[in-house]
Amino acid sequence: MIGRYALRFGALGYLAFLLLLPVGLVFYRTFEHGVAPAWDAVTSPQALHALWLTLLIAAVAVPLNTLFGVTLAISLVRHRFPGCGLVNAVVDLPVALSPVVVGLSLYLLYGTGGWLGGLAGHGIKILFALPGMILATIFVSLPFVVREVVPVLREIGTDQEQAAETLGATPFTTFRRITLPAIRWAVCYGVVLTTARAIGEFGAVSIVSGRIEGKTETLPLYVQSQFEGFNTTGAFAASVVLALIALATVVAMRMFRPGGEAS
Amino acid sequence: MGITVVEVTKRFGDFVALDDVSVAIPEGSLTALLGPSGSGKSTLLRVIAGLDEPDSGQVSLGDDDVTHLPARARGVGMVFQHYAAFKHMTVWDNVAFGLKVRKRPKDEIRRRVSELLELVQLDGLSKRYPAQLSGGQRQRMALARALAVDPEVLLLDEPFGALDARVRKELRAWLRRLHDEVHVTTIIVTHDQEEAMEVAGQIVVINRGRVEQVGTPRELYESPANEFVMSFVGPVNKIGETFVRPRDISIGLEPDGESTEAMVERVVHLGFEVRAELVRDDGQHLVAQLTEEEAQALELERGLIVYVKPSRQTVFST
Repeated sequence: MIGRYALRFGALGYLAFLLLLPVGLVFYRTFEHGVAPAWDAVTSPQALHALWLTLLIAAVAVPLNTLFGVTLAISLVRHRFPGCGLVNAVVDLPVALSPVVVGLSLYLLYGTGGWLGGLAGHGIKILFALPGMILATIFVSLPFVVREVVPVLREIGTDQEQAAETLGATPFTTFRRITLPAIRWAVCYGVVLTTARAIGEFGAVSIVSGRIEGKTETLPLYVQSQFEGFNTTGAFAASVVLALIALATVVAMRMFRPGGEAS
Repeated sequence: MGITVVEVTKRFGDFVALDDVSVAIPEGSLTALLGPSGSGKSTLLRVIAGLDEPDSGQVSLGDDDVTHLPARARGVGMVFQHYAAFKHMTVWDNVAFGLKVRKRPKDEIRRRVSELLELVQLDGLSKRYPAQLSGGQRQRMALARALAVDPEVLLLDEPFGALDARVRKELRAWLRRLHDEVHVTTIIVTHDQEEAMEVAGQIVVINRGRVEQVGTPRELYESPANEFVMSFVGPVNKIGETFVRPRDISIGLEPDGESTEAMVERVVHLGFEVRAELVRDDGQHLVAQLTEEEAQALELERGLIVYVKPSRQTVFST
């Protein structure tokens, strides 16, 4: 009995000390002097631009990764192809790899002297611009949809799809009317995770963006730059925005989690 | 529409699932593909459905060679062992699926679906989801769904395998009646010889990717082509190279010239029938099948000494 309470207390204390305390402190410091200074800080042109850029990048990266993720998941589960196992392993690479390494490798590829560095000479600017930041974000948020959809596809099996086929459905109709509805919650969950990762990404984007204030600065980069410039109010206020987005994500995750009420 | 399979071979890697199989299924018949698991019977059904493509050979529906036609263009209705119900659709939408895919007029869909739900006795449950149905109901829904598109051929892959014994028996009888009404050429895959005998007019016995024998249930039972069929379609005693059905062992209380002494080891009462397990004085174990009446007349009980002889036996030349 006592052991169980100790365990529970220990786990809760761990969470409180390591998660709630620091995040709570950010909220406290942001609104220490009332809402007005915090509101002014997040509505400054630089902050608004950073927020807009963050959302823009997510708006491109998330649909692309969703489309790619569902396609790849179906290929991995439903079709045997040479190199299947390798692809399966490589998909997880972005999770394992430090984002800084991702940023650095993109820098090497598209930078001056890189294999694709010549693109800049043709007016296609990738590094220190939006395309590079989108590429980096796509890279780091790539596995989530695949990883959520693959087990669900395995579990539902091929019976329903084959039944649809014998009933006269084309492969596309089968996908739209049978497969997609069966995996929709997994896709939603994957999308939420992808979005969270895309919005929070710091390391890789930090390197490829060049961190030009008011131009290639996302919200996480803005927080960092404000913090370094001793504008703590701005840094904290922007952090709160990020934290609120994260909170919304967690709520969405609870809704879509496999086995929850929604599925 | 009749089905003709000619010299079909199908391999999965090194495993030969179908080895030069040829079968003719007459139009309007109800045929069972009977064999142990892994015998290739399901693969043969899937080749006919178009879900698996054979490595060689030909499949025809009626006069049309459909070997390279995809399943959706073959006009077959298929029912799967684990129902393959569309889980996110109601019973109604499940049954309507094939018609909607074919873009039939709304009126026709409505009429046809309610007709079929009545036929499979699910008319009150059309708004339910598959998860809210029992196994037997799900399988009847799957059958209605397959019949909705007016298939030329109905293919059932161990349709009752996942159901409990009582429901299975009910559905068998029901399928038999349904076939008498609908008359669509039907193939049912099963590993259960009793099911095959009860339901089908013609049985194709398959073993290790080959057809062992084709015949009516009676033909298979009375004159099996080989040892495999003999022992697969019913219980059998093997005495040396001789095969004797349990019901062909006659038991007497007095010795006559040909009989052998045996002791009753166990008597099992199965309602009308009685199964007696015997051991002959040379150590040979036998199972005999009698009626309750015969057993009573003999006063069969454990330890009784009797005299047995086969009234009919089969020897296969090798």
